[in-house]
Amino acid sequence: MITLENVSKSYTNDGTPALNNVSLHINKGEFVFIVGDSGSGKSTMIKLLLRELVPSSGRIIVNGVDLSKLRRGKIPKYRRNIGCVFQDFRLLKDRNVYENVAFAQRVIQTPTKKIKKNVPQMLSLVGLPEKYKSKTKELSGGEQQRVALARALVNNPPILLADEPTGNLDPRNSWEIMKLLEEINRRGTTVLVVTHNREIVNAMRKRVITVKKGVIVSDEEKGEYIDD
Amino acid sequence: MISTLGYVFKQGFKNIFRNKIFSLATVATISACIFLFGLFYSMVENVRYSIQKAETNVAVTVFFNEGVTEAQIMQIGDAIRARSEVSSVEFVSASDAWESFKVDYLGEYADGYEGDNPLEGSENLEIYLKDVSKQSELVTYLESVEGVREINHSDVTANILTQFNRLLSYVSLGIVGILLAVSVFLISNTVAMGIAVRHEEIGIMKLIGATDFVVRSPFLIEGILLGLIGAAIPLVAVYYIYINIIEYAAQHFVILNDLLQFKSTREIFSVLIPVALILGVGLGFVGSFITIRKRLRV
Repeated sequence: MITLENVSKSYTNDGTPALNNVSLHINKGEFVFIVGDSGSGKSTMIKLLLRELVPSSGRIIVNGVDLSKLRRGKIPKYRRNIGCVFQDFRLLKDRNVYENVAFAQRVIQTPTKKIKKNVPQMLSLVGLPEKYKSKTKELSGGEQQRVALARALVNNPPILLADEPTGNLDPRNSWEIMKLLEEINRRGTTVLVVTHNREIVNAMRKRVITVKKGVIVSDEEKGEYIDD
Repeated sequence: MISTLGYVFKQGFKNIFRNKIFSLATVATISACIFLFGLFYSMVENVRYSIQKAETNVAVTVFFNEGVTEAQIMQIGDAIRARSEVSSVEFVSASDAWESFKVDYLGEYADGYEGDNPLEGSENLEIYLKDVSKQSELVTYLESVEGVREINHSDVTANILTQFNRLLSYVSLGIVGILLAVSVFLISNTVAMGIAVRHEEIGIMKLIGATDFVVRSPFLIEGILLGLIGAAIPLVAVYYIYINIIEYAAQHFVILNDLLQFKSTREIFSVLIPVALILGVGLGFVGSFITIRKRLRV
């Protein structure tokens, strides 16, 4: 489903590469943690997968699409296969919960009838069916992240990227979000979670890829968070 | 596709209200520009109209050699009338000329000339032009016509009117050009502000997989709508001002009625309305397009 072949990414011509000759393969339906310190190259990896950046060398293949050969005009369609959630939620503060989730469908021209059917379903999945009218600023951090998850999933993408999804949440809400991600994975979505949360990584016993200074230093099934 | 267009228009419209203060400032500035344009256009058109009216009163008079018959003069008159720059040709017989002279200059003292015409042999053709700037061309032609004794014309009047007309056109073009540039700059700035304010939303749209069309179009629609609203408001204002000025001038400056010729409201606004609206839409389109190209690389 996701393959990186000898991928390197440098932001400057002479500087240290953010990613250095990274190769990995993630199968369809997997749940993978990507862990590492700040500046280790995790965010660069996410940006490469989203085709916000192009690798300096190497190949990235997602869902059979070679990203180095992807034309600019095809990028939007490609991104519809990837749902994303972030540490800072990135919700639209001037709109309510329903509108935030519907937004993801509106911008890809989904018919209104379908939107009216899909959005309540997604809000039920993330446990917020009764909050559809609430403004996002009235919600707790955990609830905001659930809305972000509903928005990421409403277009039914086969892959979900979560960049520090629990970074702004207390332990209880962090666990709830992780359980939700596990449930989403159980339903068939491939889930990649970039995190610093040692407790969660160690408790969930999933595949853990550890990145350090742009290099994969460990890749273990049912792995643990490795300290420096 | 229809639902996409609906979404794009709705978002463009909403953008105006999400960004109320900037939108208001833009509409106010475009309105000011188009208001000035409207006033200026009305003024230029009326001055040109007055000049045109004055031009029609500038005539070239042609006198003929002794022995040239009235029939020959009429023939020459027909040839002149066929020229493109000529508006009309009037034959003035010697007796017409004398009658007119008596009325204009002699009055009651004309009685002493009973049965006598001191202007015998002064039959002439009065030629009126469509465009005074072509006068010298016509005079050259007339000089070559056989039987012509003398040509009376006023180069000074013709030149002053032509030059004034030209000056007015250049000044109006210059001012309108500056106003247009200011408007494009302002729309461009407002759309840039809108893009900056909605930077996060645009980022999310890109991540979700919105196409360039869906991301960019609402900003284009916003610019066009701002231009349209900014053009419509001053049109109403200029309309009422124009009606009142015509009425006021007719009532209070009767003495100027011969000098100042106002075009009718209908004549002025049948051109001004479409031009101002197209200008507003054009300004909105160009202003937002420049900014979108520069700042919204999807």
